[in-house]
Amino acid sequence: MTELLEISDLTVHFEINQGAIEAVDHINLTIRRGEVLGLVGESGSGKSVTSFAILRLIRPPGRVSGSVHFDGVDLGRLSEEEMRRMRGAKIAMVSQTPRTALNPLLTVGKQISRLLMVHAGLSPREADKKMLEMLRLVRIPAPEKRAKQYPHQLSGGMCQRIMIAMALATSPQLLLADEPTTGLDVSIAAKILDLLRELSAKTGAAIMLVTHDLGVVAEICDRVAVMHAGQVVECAPVRELFHNPAHPYTKALVRSIPRVDRDVVLEPIPGSVPSLVNPPSGCRYAGRCEWVMDRCRVARPTMIEAGPGHVVACYGFEERRGTC
Amino acid sequence: MGFFNYVMRRFALALPTLFGVSVICFTLTYLLPGNPAMVKAGPFATPEHLAEMEHQMGLDRPFPEQYYRYVSGIFKGDLGESASTGRPVSQDFLQRLPATLELNLASLLIAIVIGLPLGVLSAVHRDTLIDHIGRVVGIMGVAMPSFLTGLLFVYVFFYMLNLAPSPLGRLGPGIEPPAHITGLYVIDSLLTGNWTTLRSSLNQLMLPAATLGLSAIAPVARMVRSTMLEILESDYIKAAWAAGLPRRTVIYRDALRNALIPVITISGIVFGFLMAGNAVVESVFSWPGIGNYAVTALLTKDSAPIQSFILFVAVTCVMVNLAVDIAYGLVDPRIRFS
Repeated sequence: MTELLEISDLTVHFEINQGAIEAVDHINLTIRRGEVLGLVGESGSGKSVTSFAILRLIRPPGRVSGSVHFDGVDLGRLSEEEMRRMRGAKIAMVSQTPRTALNPLLTVGKQISRLLMVHAGLSPREADKKMLEMLRLVRIPAPEKRAKQYPHQLSGGMCQRIMIAMALATSPQLLLADEPTTGLDVSIAAKILDLLRELSAKTGAAIMLVTHDLGVVAEICDRVAVMHAGQVVECAPVRELFHNPAHPYTKALVRSIPRVDRDVVLEPIPGSVPSLVNPPSGCRYAGRCEWVMDRCRVARPTMIEAGPGHVVACYGFEERRGTC
Repeated sequence: MGFFNYVMRRFALALPTLFGVSVICFTLTYLLPGNPAMVKAGPFATPEHLAEMEHQMGLDRPFPEQYYRYVSGIFKGDLGESASTGRPVSQDFLQRLPATLELNLASLLIAIVIGLPLGVLSAVHRDTLIDHIGRVVGIMGVAMPSFLTGLLFVYVFFYMLNLAPSPLGRLGPGIEPPAHITGLYVIDSLLTGNWTTLRSSLNQLMLPAATLGLSAIAPVARMVRSTMLEILESDYIKAAWAAGLPRRTVIYRDALRNALIPVITISGIVFGFLMAGNAVVESVFSWPGIGNYAVTALLTKDSAPIQSFILFVAVTCVMVNLAVDIAYGLVDPRIRFS
């Protein structure tokens, strides 16, 4: 059986006057059916662009190369109309800005039910019935009343539940959740995460969870891919990644998680994500890396096996592996 | 209930503006050189006669009292008397108002019917040929003064091509006006099924409305374009694409409906602008409206009609803005429910 989503050599460039911004650089990722994959990295590391590229929603001046196979189908070969039928129906997206991602002029109920009419071909009445079911599923209290309200009348957490109901209404096989808990307070964020996890288990939908928050990753992901400056540097099952990080960037990320149970000093990562305008060849972490060697600045390291299901792209790790 | 309160609140907010308008309008005429009593009394009046006239007209009273008389006069529908027609200004105004309204509404319609699609197309096909053509048409419309476009239109369509009738008023020679219902000839003749009059009034209306409308296409098109561009980049439009909604739904329902909110504003502004700008066009086409009336009054230094015209344009702008605010509430639930 093929994997649900296979991304190979996906690259996204944005042509600007000063050259090209390489927002996503030759990334390879797979998502299995029903799993939750975390895509982590700092802001500006290309996480959100990746999800837009999967949906083929990068517009000029953006240029995309590489391939994305969904359920064995090469998405790049679909017509625009076939691709549109994929979006929202098979691959749905939950945005990081629930409040502004809902149309302010439509009631939230209508926004869900019209998707059901477009993608599942339901009649208005059937769509409304299913819409209320979805609102109950995401635990919106008094769904009949809420459905008739407008986004500005609902809280941020409530809007995010609406977004999730919208995304899951058409039973997609893959949910792209882009920072779904940004801007929500901690207890609400935790509830939203629980909800996502529970619903994905119930519906069998896989989730690609884009986040900068390793705490979120630890809570709900099965596997994690770490992105830095548009490149995937490491990919591993979640336990393995936290206990056995291989890439110096991942190590630094893990060390930068605040701990309340142990008395350790919080270590920030030196430097910031390098400029993506005409980036140098070679590893983009080289400028911030403690293990940096000459060859890191010249050629880009390829992915090597670091353990079961664990891959990493780092020359430093390659050299040290034999010794420790 | 919430909406009724909203309308009332808007209405209350319009009152201070109207007060300000009346003060400015009155002060301006008060400060202007020239003595209305002297005009009325005639060139051969004796000083005693003049003083008597001033007393009669209340010009010897203190400023606030004069203002009070002026305002209470307005409330009674008394706008003074025109020295040239010898009739009350209010009467002249009422008679001429429908002509002006007909012209302005037709121009606004032209501006929106052309400007709105032009703006949408320019935004959706940003930086392509369509966008550039839209920009050029818009800039030309604004840059050309109305009297010049009007004369050009008359020259080309009446004199050279003979497609339009002579630019003299609202109806062709020998055509009877329709029965008076709204005073707008096009609508009245439609309502009464008077096709000959309808044809004639549309023919006469065509060129002046195109002239005035042309100057308003650009603001409408530019506003629609910039709002559409902004909205097409918004989170909810990105979410709508990501949700696989069809292109026409995303652009013409989600984006355009949101873009219409600022378009309502610009329509209000444009209508006020047309109200002031129509004086020139009415003169060029001998259109018997209040703009033409005001220009004539200006040339003969007839103060009451000028004062009333200024007041009228200002009140119309305030009223249109009020209507715009109310229209907002109807379109945007965020205003209706807060």
